[in-house]
This record gives sequence, structure tokens and C-alpha cells, in this order.
Amino acid sequence: MSKRYLIISGLFVLTLAITIGSVSSCKKLMPDMIDPNFGVCGPVDDLTNSQTILFSRGNDQFFAIRDAATGLGPYFVSNSCGGCHSSDNRGHPFTILTRFGQTDSTGNKFLGQGGPQLGSSNLPGYTPEQIPAGAASSKFIAPITAGLGFLEAVPDTEIINMARRNANNPDGVRGHPNYSAVPSNIPPLYGSVPRADGKYICRFGRKASTYSLVQQVAAAYNHDMGITSDYMPINPYNYLDQTAPPASSPEVNNDDFNSVVFYVTCLQTPNQRNADDPTVKRGNALFVQIGCETCHKQTLKTGYSPIAALSNQTISPFTDLLVHDMGQALDDGYTEGDAKTSEWRTTPLWGLGLARNVQGGNIYLMHDGRAHSIQEAIKLHGGEAAASSARFSKLSTQEQNAVITFLNSL
Amino acid sequence: MKRYYCFPVLIVLLTSLSAGAQIDSSLLNGMAKTDTTRKKLSMDAIYDRPFLKMGKLPVAIGGYMEANWQYVGTSGISIGNQFQFRRFSLFAASSISNRIKFLSEIEYEDDPAGDPDEATEGGKFEVEYAAIDIELHPLLNLRGGMIVNPIGSFNENHDGPKWEFTDRPIAMTQMLPDTWSNPGFGAYGKEYSGHWMYGYEFYLSGGFNDSIIDNTQGRTFLPATKASTTRFTKSASGEPLYTAKISLGNDRIGELGLSYMGGVYNTWQIEGATVDDKRRVNVFDADFNTILPWTHTNIVTEWAYIAIDIPPNYPQSYGNRQFGGFIDVVQPVISGRMLGWQHATLNLALRGEYVDWNVGNFAATGTPMYNDLWSVMPAVSFRPTPQTVLRLNYRIQNQRDITGSTIGATIGQTRGISFGVSTYF
Ligand code: HEC
Ligand code: HEC
Repeated sequence: MSKRYLIISGLFVLTLAITIGSVSSCKKLMPDMIDPNFGVCGPVDDLTNSQTILFSRGNDQFFAIRDAATGLGPYFVSNSCGGCHSSDNRGHPFTILTRFGQTDSTGNKFLGQGGPQLGSSNLPGYTPEQIPAGAASSKFIAPITAGLGFLEAVPDTEIINMARRNANNPDGVRGHPNYSAVPSNIPPLYGSVPRADGKYICRFGRKASTYSLVQQVAAAYNHDMGITSDYMPINPYNYLDQTAPPASSPEVNNDDFNSVVFYVTCLQTPNQRNADDPTVKRGNALFVQIGCETCHKQTLKTGYSPIAALSNQTISPFTDLLVHDMGQALDDGYTEGDAKTSEWRTTPLWGLGLARNVQGGNIYLMHDGRAHSIQEAIKLHGGEAAASSARFSKLSTQEQNAVITFLNSL
Repeated sequence: MKRYYCFPVLIVLLTSLSAGAQIDSSLLNGMAKTDTTRKKLSMDAIYDRPFLKMGKLPVAIGGYMEANWQYVGTSGISIGNQFQFRRFSLFAASSISNRIKFLSEIEYEDDPAGDPDEATEGGKFEVEYAAIDIELHPLLNLRGGMIVNPIGSFNENHDGPKWEFTDRPIAMTQMLPDTWSNPGFGAYGKEYSGHWMYGYEFYLSGGFNDSIIDNTQGRTFLPATKASTTRFTKSASGEPLYTAKISLGNDRIGELGLSYMGGVYNTWQIEGATVDDKRRVNVFDADFNTILPWTHTNIVTEWAYIAIDIPPNYPQSYGNRQFGGFIDVVQPVISGRMLGWQHATLNLALRGEYVDWNVGNFAATGTPMYNDLWSVMPAVSFRPTPQTVLRLNYRIQNQRDITGSTIGATIGQTRGISFGVSTYF
């Protein structure tokens, strides 16, 4: 055997040994973790080991894709939570959903005809669902799901106080909590009490008409994916055949369901980037000065939560969890709970600067994604927000850019 | 014009006791130039394997196995060191008469559905191939049984020991199904003329089902059908899947294959009643391989395009067009006597791949759908003999979801290193 071959085979074995060694030890050859500054995917800090396992299970279920065999449909909008809430940030218009049937606080008159949500997709062979004649409708794209556990832990009293403080606002900003009836099988939130008429303060969804993350997740499975759970055991398709009994066993089992609730409860909040940049600071000051912060509250405090990491924390979601009259342009004629058709929940602005990364290089803002830039979103602010929006347009270009830079740092 | 008729390769195999000489060495190392037996097309691969002959029995057996270690990380998340036994395949061939031969292949695969999620359920033994070939004329051979659909060269020629990479090409496993075989019948033929070779294959077989657009991948996924074993007895659409391939080879230029596979995939009829429209899937595939004469560089490439009728009102995540393929460049750097082996080879290799599972634009926004990936994979391989390969690969991959986002636990950057062994036996 010649020396040359010995050397070559020696080199081969050596390269192999070195690569295996270096991969297992220093991991230099492997990609880095997603920088939380650029994406929001991870859990809040300080989860216990068992909570981390539960979170990870919830993560799997959140992105698990359903097919007909695993309960999808027959009517549905998308086949997984992650299909609409990819990257846990704002969604893309290709999975937009349509609600219909309710025009005032007396409730939805079209529940017997498929309301409140259109199954815009259906399994092959089924007749496509249509919006019934005469029903008002509105389209919603998916909001950011990060940080929701913190929003759930904001006490009702804090929400009520924010509304009270607007009583004499010279810009005409008012806003009120959306009180809505809550199904009796939804567990109560800590410290939440019903109003005299039995309705509770609700806070989730574009109209803030959903009470808790449990209710939100049950509705998401049911309306968005056609999947029954213990909380909502009747498939939305069944309205066509009222005699059909509820599915004998829920299509999402309780353990999976609870893990998904835990997942959306424990997603970390987006980090602000470049908070110390002078332009960002100036933009932040202007944001407060022109009255944006009246609704997009920079600082909120959470109350007690059984999950220590969420309990008594200070957060910067840029929302007041109230619904506000946003004027005619945003009035789709459809509503939920106590809100008027022109009223929308103040959208949390955290994660705004990361949205472009997860919406394919474009951004789609406001409830139906109709705004393709932050400027456009601001222009669409009417009603209670008209004064601050007008002030924004009177700012110099440089000042406007500072506000945008600030918003993009969120 | 001088004509060479190809006798069934098996006959040649059975009359030879030297297994090493039977392997398609063109794929294995750089010795092709001196290898005068290289009158082969991809369609021959199924019989072009080393077999062991037992005494004077007209039966030959063989097989191959693939195992590896790998360490893969995506977006900073890794499941650590993985030791995998990917495949174990046993083939048995017999020549029933002079012009009738039979070959079967039983394969254990760790990931039979081509679906990474299903891999958690463990591997399966399956009859991958079991067909009889009856030669009426070199230009007309009948084949029937469990056949491998000749869609692209990879599906016909996928034995682990023939490749310098542990992973199969992504487009050929997660866009097209790999080891895609079905009960079916058909005909094939070959002709040789000077430096030229021509071949055709045409089969009718069972095929796809609704799972290609209703699966837990959430995208149009032809390999999803592989999970169903009822397809071996019942065609979901009640219509044949047509597969046809023509191959054109030249000793000096290389081999070009053009193939088509298509048919109705959905269950449109139940007990005679029409319940849905008939929906088709069409696959077009082009493959090419060659060995550059001076450098002995082996180039293998295959690209496929899929067009599927998607029902109306169906999520756009189930794309109606897909495109993908790969190119492998294998450069033998040293071949000959090494460490006491007579025909050892040390190769450097590089694979480039691309897959787009959603070609086209979103209806809602008119902007492009992404859901694509590209990957580059350098490799070093050592073949002590042509039938056995030790290979070291490093994968550099980037994947985007349908909206173009790279931020998520399963998308973004992937890096992976693997060391594997694969051998015929
Ligand atoms: C078809 C797309 C779609 C799917 C699928 C979907 N969502 Fe949503 N999600 C939305 C939209 C749109 C909203 C706003 C809903 C509203 O206004 O009532 C929303 C709201 C939410 C919220 C409340 C966010 C907030 O700021 O108030 C949570 C939590 C949530 N979804 C979780 C889930 C989970 C968990 C799943 C899977 C079981 C899921 N979603 C599936 C589109 C979707
Ligand atoms: C009266 C309360 C109010 C004021 C004042 C207000 N907003 Fe809003 N803002 C809202 C509401 C409500 C929405 C959601 C509207 C919708 O969904 O259609 C919203 C949405 C937004 C959005 C889109 C967020 C997304 O993710 O889709 C941006 C950006 C925004 N506001 C910025 C501003 C800025 C900048 C100002 C100050 C010039 C401002 N807002 C003032 C209530 C307000």
C-alpha cells in the first residue's frame, strides 16, 4: 500500500473526527437561534421544566396541520393555527376570514344560518358556504398572538379605569370595554365579575368580544378549522342539519387543547429594538404628544396570574383593550358584543416593526389588512382618533419619519 | 446499420459470478471510461445491481442497506445526535425461462411516507417491487406486477449505495414521491445503434388519492399517498395512472430522460354516484446524466414540474403548481489501489437543490407565494469498492414559508452534517 493512500485515508478519518467533534461540542457549524429581536417565537422567561414541556406540546399543536381525517372542516378557513398566525405575529391576507350577521348589541341574528363566521373553504364535494342575504359582514386578518397571556392578566379594574380617564378627553377620545355574554362553560378569569346584566368585560379579538384565551382557542378551532372541542362540541357545519347530534368525542382532545391555550398564554412579548436611538426617542415623544398614546397605551400593569412570569408585570403593548369609534371609513356594518359597528379594539402595536418580515416583505395593517403602510394605517384613523391622525399629518416630514421609526422599533 | 439487441440484463447477471463487475460503475466512480459494459439507461437500474448467485439455482439474491449519523439544526434548534437506520432492502431475482425474468424487492424504510412527521411512527417493511418481465422482442417487453413508475431517473435508480449523499434529493422525496411503486402493467423496449441508445417505458398503474391535497403537511404533497396501503388493491379514482418515459443515451454525451405521469387522483364517484368533479394531477420530469470524458466528473440532474387541479374554495396553501429538482456533481479525485483495495475511489461531490411547493401568486394580494427551499451540500465520499460507500455530507439550506417568512422553528436556516454508510450485499 502506498504512502499516499495512507495519508489520504488518514485525512479522511481526521476530517470526519474533527467535524463530528466540532459539531457536538462548539456547534459552530449550526445556525443560531432566532434572535428575539427579529422574531417572536419563544416562551416567557422562567417557566418551570414541566411548563416548558407543556409549552412545547402547545407549540406542536399550534402548528399541527389538520386534514379531513383529523377533523378539519367540512367548512374551515385554514388548516392550522399557525397557518394564519405564522411566526406568532400579524397574519397574511391569504388566510383572511369573514364574519357576518350582527349589527348591534342585541346579538347575531344569523347563528342559525352559519353565523358568525363564513367557512370560506370546504372539503371537496361540499357545497361552498355563502353569506346569507341581508347579513352585514366584515373581514379580519390574524392579529399578533405574542404577549397575549399578559393582556389576559390585565385586571378588569385597570380596563375600566382607562375608560374613565377618557371622560373629558379634548380630542373626543372615549372608548369603552366591550361587555359580552360568556358561555357558562368558559372558566372565569381571576378577579373578573359580571355586570348587572350578566355580561363580562371581554378583551380578545378585533372587536374585543372574546372573554379569555380559552374561549378564543375554542372558537378558533371551531370556526377557523371546523374542529370541535369540549368547550364548543358542535361543528359549525351542523347548522345545516340541526338534527345532527354533536360529535361523540371532541376532535381536539383536552390535553392538546390545554397545551395550545398554555402556548398562546406564555408567548413572550416582542422586544423593542433600538429604544435608545435618538430618533426612536423623539418619535416616541411625538407619539405621546399628538395623542396616539391616549388609546395605544404604552404602559400597562398585569395583576395576579397563576403563571408567575405573567404576574404583576409591567408591559408595553400599546393598547387599552377598549373599543373606540374609528369613524365611517372603518365602519363595516358588522359588530360583536356591545360594540357599535364603527368601534374596534385598539390594536396592540408591539411587534409592528417585525410584521414586514413575516408578511412576505409587505405589511397589511388594520382589522382587514387594508393598510399597506403605517402611514396609510394612520390616515385611516377617523372618529375618536381623527384629531390625533390630523395632528400626525401636520407634523413635518422629519417628525413623521421619527414616529414611523419609533413604530418600527416596536 | 449495425444493431445490438440487448439481452435481458439479468441473464448477463446470472452468468457472471463477479458481482463487482455488474454494478453501474458509471455512477460509482470515475472508471466509466474504461468500462465497456456501460450500455445502460436509468430504466436498467432495477436489474443493474450486484446479485449473489447460489450454486446452480437460477435464483439470485442481493440487497442494500443505509445507515447514518447526523446532526441537524434549524433556526438554532436541534434534536442533537441522531443515529438512523434508514433503509434495508432485499432483492431476489430469478430467470423463469430464457426470456422471462422476475425480480422482487422488499424494503424496510424508516420514513416510508416521505413525510418527516410520520418518521416518528417508525419504519415499515414494504413490497417495493415485484414484477415479471416477458420479452417478446427487445423492443417490446411486457412487465406486470408491483412496478416502479418510471417518473424521472431518481425513482428508477435510487439505491443508496449509488449515491454520494445520505439524504435523497428533497424534490424527489417531498415533492415527487420516491420509491413510488404501484400495481400495474406495461411495456418497455430498448434499442442500441452505434453510440446511441433509445428506450421507452409505458405503464398503467394504480395511483394517487385525495390525500395529496388533504394531508398533515398542509401543502400539495404527492408522497402523502404512500401512507395508504389500500392503494395496492384499490385505485381511489377508479382510473389508471399513466406513466411514460423516453430515454435517449449516447456513450459520449450522456443520457436524457423525459417522463410524464398523470391521471385522475380524487375519489369522484362513490357507489356509482358522482360526488365530485374528476381532478387530475400531471407530472412532467426531465433528467440528464453524463460523465465528462476527461475529468471523469459525473453529473446527475433531474427537474420536475407538477400541475394539479385543486377544488374550488380550497386554501391556497395547497398549491396547484410545484417545481423542483437537484443537480449532483461527483468528482473522483483518486481512484485505483488504496489501502489494499483494488478499485477504491475517493470522491468530492456537491449537490444543489431547489423546491417550490407553491408556484404562483396569492389570489388575495397578487404577491408571490414562496414555500420554497434551496440547499447546497458538499460531500466527501470514499468507496473501498464500487458497491460500498462511506460518505460525509454538510447541508446548507434555507427555507421560507408560504408568505416568505424565514422566522419560525421549522423554517429559516438549516445546517446539517451527516456521516453515513451504504452498501450492497
Ligand atoms: C383563518 C385564520 C385563523 C386561524 C386558523 C386561527 N386564527 Fe386565531 N385569529 C385569527 C383572527 C382573524 C383573529 C382575530 C379574531 C377576532 O377578531 O375575533 C384571531 C385571534 C386570535 C387570538 C386573539 C388575539 C387577540 O389579540 O385578541 C388568539 C389567542 C388566537 N387567534 C389563537 C388561535 C389559535 C390557538 C388557533 C388554532 C386553534 C387559531 N388562532 C387559529 C385568525 C386565525
Ligand atoms: C381613538 C383611539 C386611537 C387613537 C387616538 C389612535 N389609534 Fe391607532 N388604532 C386604534 C384602533 C381602534 C385601531 C384598529 C383599527 C382597525 O383594526 O381597523 C388602530 C390601529 C393602528 C395601527 C395598525 C396596527 C396593526 O397592527 O394593524 C397603527 C399603526 C396605529 N393604530 C397607529 C396609531 C398612531 C400612530 C396614532 C397617532 C397618530 C394612533 N394610532 C392613534 C385606535 C387609536
